[in-house]
Amino acid sequence: MIDLKSISKIYGQKKVVNDVSVSIAKGKVTSFIGPNGAGKSTLLSMVTRLLDQDSGDVLLEGENILQAPSDKLAKKIAILKQSNNLDLKITVRELISFGRFPYSRGRLTQKDHEIIDEAISYMELEQFEERYIDELSGGQRQRVYIAMTIAQDTEYIFLDEPLNNLDMKHSVQIMQILRRLVRERNKTIIIVIHDINFASCYSDNIVAMKDGEVVISGSKDDVIRKEILEDIYEMDINIECIYGQQICVYFDEHQDASVDDFIEDQAQVQIRA
Amino acid sequence: MIHKLFRLDIMIILLIVLSIISMFVGVVEVSPRDLLNLSENQKNIIIESRFPRTVAIIIAGASLSVCGLIMQQLTRNKFVSPTTAGTMDWARLGILLALMFFPTANLLVKLLFASALSLAGTLLFMQIIQRVQFKDVVFVPLIGLMLGNVVSSVATFLSLRTNSVQSLSSWMQGDFSIIISGRYEVLYISIPFLIIGLLYANQFTIAGMGEDFSKNLGLNYKRVINIGLLITAVITALVVVTVGMLPFLGLIIPNIISIFRGDHLKNTILLTAVLGAIFVMLCDILGRLIIFPYEISIGLMIGVVGSFIFLIMIFRRVKSNA
Repeated sequence: MIDLKSISKIYGQKKVVNDVSVSIAKGKVTSFIGPNGAGKSTLLSMVTRLLDQDSGDVLLEGENILQAPSDKLAKKIAILKQSNNLDLKITVRELISFGRFPYSRGRLTQKDHEIIDEAISYMELEQFEERYIDELSGGQRQRVYIAMTIAQDTEYIFLDEPLNNLDMKHSVQIMQILRRLVRERNKTIIIVIHDINFASCYSDNIVAMKDGEVVISGSKDDVIRKEILEDIYEMDINIECIYGQQICVYFDEHQDASVDDFIEDQAQVQIRA
Repeated sequence: MIHKLFRLDIMIILLIVLSIISMFVGVVEVSPRDLLNLSENQKNIIIESRFPRTVAIIIAGASLSVCGLIMQQLTRNKFVSPTTAGTMDWARLGILLALMFFPTANLLVKLLFASALSLAGTLLFMQIIQRVQFKDVVFVPLIGLMLGNVVSSVATFLSLRTNSVQSLSSWMQGDFSIIISGRYEVLYISIPFLIIGLLYANQFTIAGMGEDFSKNLGLNYKRVINIGLLITAVITALVVVTVGMLPFLGLIIPNIISIFRGDHLKNTILLTAVLGAIFVMLCDILGRLIIFPYEISIGLMIGVVGSFIFLIMIFRRVKSNA
């Protein structure tokens, strides 16, 4: 269990994250949703000590982790950020081996190699093992990074927009992997995600943020509600139950007659010309 | 096919062969056959000149190449090196200032001063490139070159004022013919720094993946960066003081190794060191032979060969980006 206690971050006059207190349950997938600029990624960076907070504390099972030494923390929490856009020629296996750095400081033991092998086969990356990461597709690369956090063997895994630049197929694949990690290895997964339907279908809990504050935090059924989402995103959102999943429909629901007429007129003009 | 040749054992054998050749190339004829009964003169030549020269070539070539490799990894830019970041110019200015202000001080004190100044200059460069918005691969080293030229102009101005243009130009052009016993031993100081660099190979690689990536793994990012810059500053100052500037070396050698063996320093740092030594040795032997019995200075040789390879590199990169 992770407890955030009144975390704040201020840039100049703007409170990017304002007095956020929220609890994250162990062994669950928790998604942070909200519009651009809500402070989700900033919050995630502070919780994982990538960014210093201006005030507040983070308690990991009652222990204040922001004062814990960074190398000890690396065995408890792992964070994957989207900025990992690398053009370095590092092989898949070498990258996954970095996950063992907190344990062996780069001098890999027999046990480290076994854990790396296991992470590679868990993510089904055997055939790419010796390829350079810059030769892989976005989805493959994301799997390599997740394999690295598996090798890092932390209970808590944070991911900042893991579906960025992925198509539907690979997005679903990544979310299934995350669910599998929770189910089979009792990991705790915390993600920042933009697609509310992915959040709705694959999370246990959702934290909704707006303007640096938490609007609501609870189980996904508590958060995926018309009035709540419309308030957060300031747009019309309808929620339909499809195959037992709550799906948000936020595209133009009613066709605008005048737009249709205009398109038809243009088509006529072109035919005549 | 070629990449199979970039193996440590093959390259070390090549380096040993070249080193032996280097011992026997020069104005005073010493052939391997003479080894059993050397004349007094030949013995002197070997001990006082040929051996120091060969050792200096190995140390300077290996350590400058490793400097370039570390800098490229830490700045995440393949075009950064002691030359293109201005580190060499700062070292040169440092040694000039040391000569002006405390000419009687021990050589080590002057070296320390030059190292400190090149470290400060490199840190300044790092600060600038962190602040500029353009992170273009070619733009970053251009900033370094401009900064280096400004520093170099200051050095030239000061030397004009103090009538020391000649000694300044001797650091400008690398030259191994001035290496005789008693004049090069400080170069040995770079060996422990080189070893520290080898020990930190893993950490440098992780730091090259970015600050967030490093912090996630519990790596003290700032400390690793500072250690890397300290190593490069000290080694660069040492080489500039004893041999002079060896342009392009720290740029091309790490890039060649990177093409064939990737970017994990654990796999490449030793290869880079050995290839650097081979490259300098080859250039120096050629420089001694082309206009025999005279010599072309190593700075010029490396400049010509190096800039040619550098151009190929740029065209390759432009092509792969297009």
